[in-house]
Amino acid sequence: MSWDVAIIGGGVVGTAIARELAGYQVRSVLLEAADDVGTGTSKANTAILHTGFDATPGTLESRLVARGSTLLREYAERAGIAVERTGALLVAWTPEQAGRLDAIAVKSRENGYTRLRSVSVAEVYEREPNLGPGAAGGLWIPDEWVIDPWSVSLAYATEAVRAGVDLRLRTRVTGVSVLPDKAGFELAVSPGADPVRCRFAVNAAGLASDEVDRMFSGGGFTIRPRKGELIVYDKLARALLSSIILPVPTARTKGVVIAPTVFGNVLLGPTAEDVADRSDRSTSAAGLSALLADGRRILPGLEREEVTATYAGLRAATEHADYQLGVYGQYVRVAGIRSTGLTASLGIAEHVAGLLGEAGLPLKPRTDVSPGEGTWAAPPRMPYLGDAGTRPYQDAARIAADPAYGVIACHCERVTRGEIRDALASEIPPGGLDGLRRRTRAMNGRCQAFYCGAAVSAQLTRALSRNEGRDGR
Amino acid sequence: MDADVLVVGAGPAGLTAAAELRRLGVRRVLVADRETVPGGIPRHSQHTGYGLRDLHRILSGPAYARVLADTATRAGADLRAACTVTDLRAGGDGLSAVLTSAAGIEEVRPAAVLLATGCRERPRAARLVPGDRPAGVLTTGELQQRVYLAGERLAGRALVVGAEHVSFSAAVTLAHAGARVIALVTDQPRHQSYAAFRLGAALRWRVPVWTSTAVTRVTGTDGRLSAVDLAGVEGGPIRTVACEWLVFTGDWIPDHVLARTACVPLDHGTLGPAIDTGMVTSAPGVFAAGNLVHAAETADVAALSGRHAARQIASYLAGPPGQAPSPVPVVAEPPLRWISPNAVGAGGVLPPLGRFTLRAAEFRPRARLEARQDGRLLARSRPLRLIPGRPLHLRAAWVTSVNPGGGPVRIGVGRPSVA
Repeated sequence: MSWDVAIIGGGVVGTAIARELAGYQVRSVLLEAADDVGTGTSKANTAILHTGFDATPGTLESRLVARGSTLLREYAERAGIAVERTGALLVAWTPEQAGRLDAIAVKSRENGYTRLRSVSVAEVYEREPNLGPGAAGGLWIPDEWVIDPWSVSLAYATEAVRAGVDLRLRTRVTGVSVLPDKAGFELAVSPGADPVRCRFAVNAAGLASDEVDRMFSGGGFTIRPRKGELIVYDKLARALLSSIILPVPTARTKGVVIAPTVFGNVLLGPTAEDVADRSDRSTSAAGLSALLADGRRILPGLEREEVTATYAGLRAATEHADYQLGVYGQYVRVAGIRSTGLTASLGIAEHVAGLLGEAGLPLKPRTDVSPGEGTWAAPPRMPYLGDAGTRPYQDAARIAADPAYGVIACHCERVTRGEIRDALASEIPPGGLDGLRRRTRAMNGRCQAFYCGAAVSAQLTRALSRNEGRDGR
Repeated sequence: MDADVLVVGAGPAGLTAAAELRRLGVRRVLVADRETVPGGIPRHSQHTGYGLRDLHRILSGPAYARVLADTATRAGADLRAACTVTDLRAGGDGLSAVLTSAAGIEEVRPAAVLLATGCRERPRAARLVPGDRPAGVLTTGELQQRVYLAGERLAGRALVVGAEHVSFSAAVTLAHAGARVIALVTDQPRHQSYAAFRLGAALRWRVPVWTSTAVTRVTGTDGRLSAVDLAGVEGGPIRTVACEWLVFTGDWIPDHVLARTACVPLDHGTLGPAIDTGMVTSAPGVFAAGNLVHAAETADVAALSGRHAARQIASYLAGPPGQAPSPVPVVAEPPLRWISPNAVGAGGVLPPLGRFTLRAAEFRPRARLEARQDGRLLARSRPLRLIPGRPLHLRAAWVTSVNPGGGPVRIGVGRPSVA
């Protein structure tokens, strides 16, 4: 069997491209090495829906972040993905930093974002009375929001799968041969499956994108993973702040952010450390203590709150300042997306479809999938995991219709047995506990499974063995 | 729906309180527990030793949990499992609570509320232990449920973090489930359990206790725990120990979420709701008992704390409405970490079991606890051994000599005698 397009990598970018192509009469396969979508860079980030105000003007990243930002806001609304319109307060903590605020405002306008405005020290503390002393000025960016990051990849993938995209998990591309007569490529995959033939290939392999690029005889960039460690505070800390608190960025990093999460926690991080090992998502004593020091200074009340989780993510950075995105014959490289992939995903996907079109892939809109606006099938309705809206346990009508939504299984996150059951029966069911956590938040809370771990694991094990039984028949 | 008293949590404290409230003639006693089976922590603590002080017999944890639940039900309490109190308001126009269960969402307006939500262990993340995030890292609570309620077998090597009573209990559970316990690891200079436990563990399972040692890193391979790095608390070389299970024990924190969301003020020491000797919080009509106010005492002590609270609630319900005089705060001073209750209530009511419960922050071989108000010595204990994490008690007969108009009572450690 030969596919029109093979997309390598099922992170937020790869799934967005699969979803985009699913709107056309294009047969696509999505190849993901891990056992779930969105498990690489897409899994561990600050979950901020950026405006792109601080991008480097004139870059492709600037353009696609701005475009993706607009599209994702609409998409999240339609898919029922939790978003909180928190806004961001960028705070200068020294006179030197305050002196750079004007330049940031100018840059924002160059990036096409005009709703940023400067705020006085008094307004900084009016907005965020729990900030530590010493603020020297600030900027207010009303359209920096927070989003449920995990449901985004999952929504894209679910929509793509419903529209006929073949999602192959646990499928790693190990080699590429070019077929004669511009017939495309044959991708060797492991473990032990038949090779995948495709006319066009898209490399959205994130942290492995340079390795995949070399298989296509590419080159010119190397992934230099930049590790970011983060601390998640207890939901009881959420009252300490109302918006995202940004620092004045340096040439190297956007700096340590304190942000609410849509789940009702407070996030502190990330650090920025260049690392060699692409699988090293470990936290370090030095990283965590540096974050604690920043937290103490910026939002002193955090020190009295409990920590719920710590984790580290790897940004797929390269030696270049901009995205590494381009078409080479029938191969499209989508690399170096760094830390902006979540926000830019739909912009990148649109751009990539355009590139494929230019390269000769016919892009005829589909007529058989329920046409909404433009060419799209309606996005799937995702389980709402936010803290600000109504969750199933709070919905009397839903419990009346299905009592499983009234039985809370994970107490810290108030995840009901009904939600866990739904996730286990969804189109893209979790392959293990981590996948179940991302889909439902079960066991992600303050007790880290002290209360619910045994019961939730047992529910998962039962479902997995049922699925295996089904696959076996 | 109405209730005279809503008891939140059907562990030893809540169940014992419910039975006692009924015995004292309180009509509508509603007990809500979010777990599917009532009984609290003893449900999954298979070892024996439960019921000594309250039932005057010795039972296993699950048997004890069943006896308490049966007693409360037979006494006429309305016991609801798989029913979560998702909201509690203790405002100007009385108390109101939201109960969520398969039956739907119900509002309850009780005359009094007893918070008996217990405590849990701080997990690895809250202790900021760095490294990977593999499977195989647990708390004792999760371990016991997986082994005793879900019947899991655990193969491989295990390390237990902590050397308190509960840590030895975790080691027993691991051994029962088939794991080989390599050691108990504690950052303290010595173990904090009874010598008999320590000796028993050493003889029966040959489990050593590695003292003054901290877990400095967790390493995973393919998502499973593969090794743990250990280092001396004073520095020194790092030792890597291969293991498949790592169990964090003790380091208790009260489950105070409902109290905090209802704006019931907490005590900075216990992190449970601040209560006086009558178990009343600063919110009118809201009482607290059990390991929510002293994390963690044994189940029978929690049960008796619940019984004491029930008596106070019954007299509150029978008494005339009005503001009680302010209690006199009781403050623990270093090297003491906390004291419970946190104040002496009106009329010099005694705390549960006629004693205050304390925790020390340091080891001290012989220390006399002293209670002073405005410099006046109210009481001095006999010499006691201070051991972090281990219960410490101070007889409370002196509460009747507290000056209700005076300053806070300070509990400290007297200077060692010259001899």
